[in-house]
Amino acid sequence: MHDTSAHAHAAQHTAPTSFIRKHVFSLDHKVIGKQYYGLALVAVFVGMVLSWLMRIHLGWTNFAIPGLHLLTKNGAPGDMMTPEFYLQLMTMHATIMVFFVLTTAPFAAFGNYFLPIQVGAEDMPFPHFNMMSFWITFTAFLVLMASFFVGDGPTLGGWTQYAPLSAVGQVGGPGEGSGVVLWALSIAIFCVGQLLGSLNFITTTLDMRTRGMSLWRLPLSAWSWFITSCMGLTAFAVLMPACILLILDHVAGTSFFVPANTVINDQLQPHSGGSTLLWQHLFWFFGHPEVYIAIVPGMGIVSHVLVTNMRKPMLSHRVLIYAMGALAVLSYMVYGHHMFVSGMNPVSSLVFSFPTLIITIPSTIVVLIWMGSLYGAKLRINSASLFALGFISMFISGGISGFFLAQPSIDIMLHATYFVVGHFHLVMGVAAMFGIFAGTYFWFPKMYGRMMDEKLGKIHFWFSFVGAYAIFMPFHYLGLAGNVRRYQAFAPEYMQHLIPLHKFITIAALVTGAAQLVFLYNLFISRFKGDPASDNPWQATSLEWSTPTTPPPHNNFGEKLSVVYHDPYQYGVESSSGDYVMQTSPEKASADDEA
Amino acid sequence: MATIVHQPPRIEEPGERSRGHDGFNNGGGRNLVPAVGHLPAVKDYAPPPASTGIWVVLASITMTFAAFTSALIVRQGSALDWRHLALPNILYFNTLVLIASSIALEVARRRMREFAGGLKSSAAEPTRFLYITLALGLVFVAGQALAWAQLRAQGLYLATNPNSSFFYVLTAVHAVHVLGGLGGLLRIIRKIGNSTLRKSTLDATVRYWHFMDGLWIYLLLLLWIRL
Repeated sequence: MHDTSAHAHAAQHTAPTSFIRKHVFSLDHKVIGKQYYGLALVAVFVGMVLSWLMRIHLGWTNFAIPGLHLLTKNGAPGDMMTPEFYLQLMTMHATIMVFFVLTTAPFAAFGNYFLPIQVGAEDMPFPHFNMMSFWITFTAFLVLMASFFVGDGPTLGGWTQYAPLSAVGQVGGPGEGSGVVLWALSIAIFCVGQLLGSLNFITTTLDMRTRGMSLWRLPLSAWSWFITSCMGLTAFAVLMPACILLILDHVAGTSFFVPANTVINDQLQPHSGGSTLLWQHLFWFFGHPEVYIAIVPGMGIVSHVLVTNMRKPMLSHRVLIYAMGALAVLSYMVYGHHMFVSGMNPVSSLVFSFPTLIITIPSTIVVLIWMGSLYGAKLRINSASLFALGFISMFISGGISGFFLAQPSIDIMLHATYFVVGHFHLVMGVAAMFGIFAGTYFWFPKMYGRMMDEKLGKIHFWFSFVGAYAIFMPFHYLGLAGNVRRYQAFAPEYMQHLIPLHKFITIAALVTGAAQLVFLYNLFISRFKGDPASDNPWQATSLEWSTPTTPPPHNNFGEKLSVVYHDPYQYGVESSSGDYVMQTSPEKASADDEA
Repeated sequence: MATIVHQPPRIEEPGERSRGHDGFNNGGGRNLVPAVGHLPAVKDYAPPPASTGIWVVLASITMTFAAFTSALIVRQGSALDWRHLALPNILYFNTLVLIASSIALEVARRRMREFAGGLKSSAAEPTRFLYITLALGLVFVAGQALAWAQLRAQGLYLATNPNSSFFYVLTAVHAVHVLGGLGGLLRIIRKIGNSTLRKSTLDATVRYWHFMDGLWIYLLLLLWIRL
């Protein structure tokens, strides 16, 4: 029976032959995963260049960046950055990084490629939706990029697009007309793409598991993608209506977000009765889960990478899963901590402060499980495991400042300063990036059949690791010293002595950014000239390492689907293949093989 | 030293275990338990993806309309410019049409089940009821358009006041979802035509359509009551 069904499916999944079906409008989850990765790769370099421009300007305010005027119509007269253009760059940097890098790479890219393989399926259940999911996301990216070339450039309202500034139109400043509309359109489109993706991820996890693959036997990475897709399903479904209402405030003259008697740039706005807090509630109800959408896949990938390189299972597989689930649930209850200084009722601040402190508990449990499992492990040091360790380091360093910010009385002091910028860059930005890197070094051999260069990988790691701290640790100091965020120059006297530190940060950012070029070089050179990879180069146990060929064939497992006999991480056992037993091996593993 | 388990996993013969219901084979049932080892809590039968997928879709639509609802409640309480509009009477007619379409679709599903179970020899009858559903759905959307025309005739446009804004937005987003459902019905009719319809696809579409029905009644109440 099982065989028949496998054959029936194999027949449905005949490999495409035309170039377009194979590489462009592909229905194969592996190709779609690689497309997502490519999109994230382009986006991350665009985002990084934007941050370089901002950093150079912050370090040397009077330096004319050659060619800057090419990026903007009015924002850089004589290649000197105007305050408005600085804000436009900042908004685009954040939007590109949060949506098109931190969401697409760890979740959509790796999830698409490896979730179906890790559960033992030939593909996702709705391949057409999956293909649409990528192309819709790609369209969203093009729409966002188009705002550079339309009207007076992209929006300057920040990636949070707080109303009323975001909703009043051209009078709000450069980019607040067409720029905001394109931004909101892009994000609404992006939401549709991610909803389709989440639909596939959830049904793949629930319905497409192969024989013997119970939920508890899923690897931690698969669990993290499943949990993330549940978050994505609910969060993006809320952001989309918010964007629709924002667009209507622009193009249809409605008043959802603009209060009566709003005067902007000496002009009384025609709107009446809207609620500025309404936008913030809708946005952050998405925005906070989004933070976890960015980081939870990283947690799963890092756990998966670490367990393989530790050669022993985690202290508790289940508690780690429960903790990630708790993070997902709590992420909806804490969003108000972004709004402590927004004019929200102070009682609400207290209400949101409490779960914010609670959410540190599952985060701490996750970290303690990693640390406890690492204790006494003979860790294999390679690029993937180094980046996994780096992830833990960044997550702890960035997370600790979260304790302070969770308390409204402290947050009021620090909210508009670089302290918050340092906090979220470490805990969400850099940590998630390290998760992506760990995943890349770990899975590249399976994706392309070649090993990445370890030496270049280690150079990349050390420059990124030291560099990230050199950039973002001083941010905390800047914030405590009262350095306001979002300013493009530091005119007040009390900030003058901070300028040398800004110069240091800029140099660190340029060097760290250059180290990413090493990664890019490694990626391309290994793709074509790397050492050929075996089917299971890391002696790992999960299903992606049991495919008949590397990279996996079109239907992943060839003629017959795998049967799963074990928990995902049977390491440190004696077996015929060494110190591990693969999930597909009928060999008896350990006594505590629980599922 | 590890022991090798010699007995291979038991492969079930066709007919040994019921595959899903009503004789439909939907690609489920691949989550079967290997015969070796102690394997508690592994489900025998995984539902076909469409059966799970439709709940996922409905969950996300629910979240979208929950967001709209909270926006409406906040906006209604945030300022004094809320002018509660009298709903056009045609909406009540539209509601009846939509309920009737759901009933027709339910009849279609039952007739389809009889056809699939071999009790009926032709799929013509269920297809006829599907066309009736389709027609009623179109009447509903046309009726909604008529309601918009009536409001416009009264001088109530999208931006006239917050209540009219929400009226247009909620009815339009709902209508878009209903149009999506009509697309789903057409797809089912096509699949009946070339005998590729799966029970899970039919069930999923039916659930979606009923959900649109319930959602509309909820929206009508939301727009009708003054909070």
